[in-house]
Amino acid sequence: MIKVSHINKSFEGTPVLKDINASFEKGKVNLIIGQSGSGKTVLLKTIVGLHQPDSGDIWYDERNFTGMDAEDRKDVRQEMGMLFQGSALFDSLTVEENVRFPLDMFTRKSMEERIERVNTCLVRVNLYNVNKLYPSELSGGMQKRVAIARAIALNPKYLFCDEPNSGLDPRTAIVIDELIQELTQEFCMTTIVNTHDMNSVFGIGENVIFIYQGEKYWEGSGEDIFRCDNKELNDFIFASDILKKIRDL
Amino acid sequence: MSFLFHIGRYILFVKRVFARPLKPRIFFKKVITEIDTLGINSVGIVFVISLFMGAVITLQLAYNIDMPFIPRYAIGLGSRDSIILEFSSTIVSLILAGKVGSHIASEIGTMRVTEQIDVLDVMGINSASFLVLPKVVALIFINPVLVVLSMGIGIFGGWIAGSFTGIVPGADYIYGIQYAFVPFYIFYSLIKSVVFAFLIATISGYWGYYTKGGSLEVGRSSTTAVVVSSVQILLFNLILTQLLLA
Repeated sequence: MIKVSHINKSFEGTPVLKDINASFEKGKVNLIIGQSGSGKTVLLKTIVGLHQPDSGDIWYDERNFTGMDAEDRKDVRQEMGMLFQGSALFDSLTVEENVRFPLDMFTRKSMEERIERVNTCLVRVNLYNVNKLYPSELSGGMQKRVAIARAIALNPKYLFCDEPNSGLDPRTAIVIDELIQELTQEFCMTTIVNTHDMNSVFGIGENVIFIYQGEKYWEGSGEDIFRCDNKELNDFIFASDILKKIRDL
Repeated sequence: MSFLFHIGRYILFVKRVFARPLKPRIFFKKVITEIDTLGINSVGIVFVISLFMGAVITLQLAYNIDMPFIPRYAIGLGSRDSIILEFSSTIVSLILAGKVGSHIASEIGTMRVTEQIDVLDVMGINSASFLVLPKVVALIFINPVLVVLSMGIGIFGGWIAGSFTGIVPGADYIYGIQYAFVPFYIFYSLIKSVVFAFLIATISGYWGYYTKGGSLEVGRSSTTAVVVSSVQILLFNLILTQLLLA
């Protein structure tokens, strides 16, 4: 479980996150939704420690992440896997080397064991015969799957995904969503996904947090959204005509 | 104020770069790769520049000291000292600041804007050290080698120019390059090459590492890295010359 309490963050005097309190449950896909520029990515990057909050605490289970020094944080970091918006695969490494990277850095396994683990992770994300290809030779959806394989290589307890569907066609986006959901349940991870894709919200949103102008405006499940009367959330979710029609059915 | 900000952040960055590598085996593998990328791939340009530089120095010296009471071998002597003391270390390092510096800044800058550095940070890896230290070590190792190579090629270029134009007879030139040789000049030049290598790798790494934005900013970082590295090379050339030769 990950808990954030009273998180504030500003950049050059401009507040981006304002007193955010939230709990992200274990074994569930927790979504952070909101418009572009609402502070979703800053919140996610603050949770993983890429940004230092101005105030507030972040708890990984019983461990206060914000109170740790860099050395102590390393232990928590090795329990994290992260999928970035643009996949962020290392251009100069092959698919196999990308997935093997965390194993090379943090384990003492033999090369055979590491390659076996790489193959297990690649098969788990439905990728075959791509070990020797470079990221530039893969489609966007395949790159995302390689990034997921790299993120789960060390069996993380916490999985973070920053807009995993951006730039993907709707069908591939659903495949990625389903994969994230399956992996979350299979490994009982605490998963946090940043998204503004409505298919994700209704498809895998077990616990949804809506951020509006840096503040938490609403929290509930994907199904609760239909019954919610929060104006800002409704304006965001039902912005398109097709979703308005679905709501009115 | 911006100048002071960058000085302070650069010092903190260098402190982060010089951390103990997480996995020494991976570190040494990266150093070897960087020696190839940054050093071996620069041999061609060093060869061409040094050959022509040596030839031009010899010809200019020959035309400028065309006096009967100055022996012809003095041209060889002058060319040798110019090449060893100044041209090979400083000019080659300035050329490398352009070639290698822009490569380092754009590589690391691209990794920054595509969030590859964030991946390292999330894993708990010291990204500054992981990315920049192998380049610093590789360049400190290979730059003196390139400078020594440049010295030999430059002197050879001078011999070719003198002999083929007939301005300096080959025997006089050979005598000149052996006359009153001071071995410390080589040492002085190598010290400079090590300092310049450090400046090129860390300054370019710094500008790449702190790139913000997109491809346009990567280009800007790359240009800034080359300009700042070049200016620092000239500044430290002056300081080291005063310290070592005065």
